Amino acid sequence: MYRYNETDQRLVDDRVVQFRDQVARFLDGRLAEDEFRPLRLQNGLYIQRHAPMLRVAIPYGTLAAYQLRKLADIARRYDRGYGHFTTRSNIQFNWVRLEETPDILAELATVQMHAIQTSGNCIRNITTDQFAGVAADELFDPRPYCEIVRQWSTLAPEFLFLPRKFKIAIAGGEEDRAAVRFHDIGARARVAEDGRIGFQVFVGGGLGRTPMVGQCLKDFLPREELLNYFEAILRVYNRYGRRDNKYKARIKILVKDLTLDGFGKEVEDEWAWSRGGPGVIAEQTFDDMAAFFTRSDLPPADAADPVYVAALASNRAFARWVERNVAGHRDPGRAIVTLSLKKSGSPPGDATAEQMDGVAELAERFGAGEIRVSHEQNLVLPHVARRDLPALWEGARALGLATPNIGLLTDVVCCPGGDFCSLANARSIPVAAAVQQRFEDLDYQFDIGPLELNMSGCVNACGHHHIGHIGILGVDKNNEEYYQVTIGGREGSRAAIGKVIGPAFAAQQIPYVIQRLLEVYLALRHEGELFIDAVERLGLEPFKTRVYGGGA
Amino acid sequence: MSAAILKHGEIVADRWQPIAADARAAHIADAIAAGGPLLLPLPLWLERRAELEPQRAGVLLVAEDGLDAVLPWLDDIPLIAIHFPVFTDGRGYSLARLLRNRHGYHGELRAVGDVLRDQLYFLHRCGFDAFAMRADQAVEEARAAFADYSWAPLGGRGEGHGMSHNERVE
Repeated sequence: MYRYNETDQRLVDDRVVQFRDQVARFLDGRLAEDEFRPLRLQNGLYIQRHAPMLRVAIPYGTLAAYQLRKLADIARRYDRGYGHFTTRSNIQFNWVRLEETPDILAELATVQMHAIQTSGNCIRNITTDQFAGVAADELFDPRPYCEIVRQWSTLAPEFLFLPRKFKIAIAGGEEDRAAVRFHDIGARARVAEDGRIGFQVFVGGGLGRTPMVGQCLKDFLPREELLNYFEAILRVYNRYGRRDNKYKARIKILVKDLTLDGFGKEVEDEWAWSRGGPGVIAEQTFDDMAAFFTRSDLPPADAADPVYVAALASNRAFARWVERNVAGHRDPGRAIVTLSLKKSGSPPGDATAEQMDGVAELAERFGAGEIRVSHEQNLVLPHVARRDLPALWEGARALGLATPNIGLLTDVVCCPGGDFCSLANARSIPVAAAVQQRFEDLDYQFDIGPLELNMSGCVNACGHHHIGHIGILGVDKNNEEYYQVTIGGREGSRAAIGKVIGPAFAAQQIPYVIQRLLEVYLALRHEGELFIDAVERLGLEPFKTRVYGGGA
Repeated sequence: MSAAILKHGEIVADRWQPIAADARAAHIADAIAAGGPLLLPLPLWLERRAELEPQRAGVLLVAEDGLDAVLPWLDDIPLIAIHFPVFTDGRGYSLARLLRNRHGYHGELRAVGDVLRDQLYFLHRCGFDAFAMRADQAVEEARAAFADYSWAPLGGRGEGHGMSHNERVE
């Protein structure tokens, strides 16, 4: 994992001092509300329904055990004993006090963490594949590049007041597990025929009010030009993106207005100047960065370890958990374990301080002290020896984190919704809970197979409802909460935005609607066909007919 | 207009007389006859600069202005001011970076308009060396802003972002 050097540490320390001063000036009236707002947002601080919310950055979703312990400590001392992991692989504390936020940031700085640029109209936390560095299908590890981009984008002075927020994802796998085509900039690993390393660059993707799939701006960008090229994109956006209407201010609207070609020409013009210049990343930098992420300290592990093999054969519950929550590591003797934060009855993505401490301990005992946060709001231990899986499973069960539902219906992706967020039109957590309760039966879920259910409490789409195989969006109709249902959304190379099936439903109807959608799938699916593939093949009609009784 | 500005971290008197875009023709003529130094909005500067000594004609750009019109004269322009309509409008930061890094402008680069204490550090990093702050700002206190960070960001004024950490620290 990356370790701060003196420079990084000084930055976060200085930031704490600066923010403490800003909070003091705000509280004694020297800094006006409107002038404080962008400053606090760039430190992750929102004013919410019940209390301020603090969103802490987890760069590219990677945490060390000692950092997770600090998050648990903060949850206990400054919040109500829990935190919420988000779809940007950050963590939110929902009950902090404004006066205490400088102290929280100071605590975070002691473990190389901060809340910088987790909100505001600036470059947000860089995200990647939660299996980065361990996935078998990886072209190369994206994390060194994420770290390079993180350093460049952190307090990048030119880009702190963009027209709107700006999200970057970088993925290294054959399969895209970072939703790169739904980001303002998405970069996918590429290796050219001559062996040069680089990226395919997508631009203008995003969810929110106007969902769009990102378009390919550059088929192959050599890695040493990564920052020059990103800077060119950002500068064009900063100068020409719309600032008159915040709903039309994302880069996707600029790309649409200029057309991809027109936008590309502007970027090329900027890049022509910087290309090959001082912003080129030195080869040595790649080597130095890669060294941070290489794990040469892991002892050899046996793929057919007898303890593991015996447990698989004799314990059905364990085998089931392995089937859903354990993924292949590039080292066959190891596995990638996903700890489910989607246990029925607790809000998706929430973890208590005890669970965080418990996961930190499991990571230290079994996972080389490393934890990842997935954009599906689960926690991942990326380096578990197969022989340790039974013991890890027991440990995870004791913490309530071993629900074998990863990728299944009850692995609901969900924003905090109207229970916490002042932007939300509707609550999302109770609806997610009702769905989880209704479909708790594991045999049924396993029969349905992989299915992504995503839920957002408003059009800002923090729950990524557009890319759920089934998506649910909370809407407001005459001050009542209603829920619009989409199907057919997906991430990955066949990225698509879900289509609305018809008029919205009341909250209590949602489990029933999902039941109907699944009935159509079960009746019409081909052997081995996933729900999402069946939707693609069949189109909306049979689903609509079943849900609305033929009318709609 | 406040007569004091922050320049190179010091509070100094502003010797430039600003001319508004909608100033009366007679007023403009008088000011030009007096010889300046004048800070002129881009259209006026383009129209009247020949009537002044080059060293006495500064130009004021608004956020949506392009740079093409001033580029041929950069070596001679003593002052370019960039106007911030609101402090959250970041276009001026990119204009400054372009002027300094891409086009090699060496004269005074001044931020004017909604210029507040908490942005000074980052404006300075993009190449601004003078600041006409909003009238209600405590200018003396604001001088501390240039020391908000002991760290220097990547890709700041005149720097590459070659990722060598030694280069990042000034």
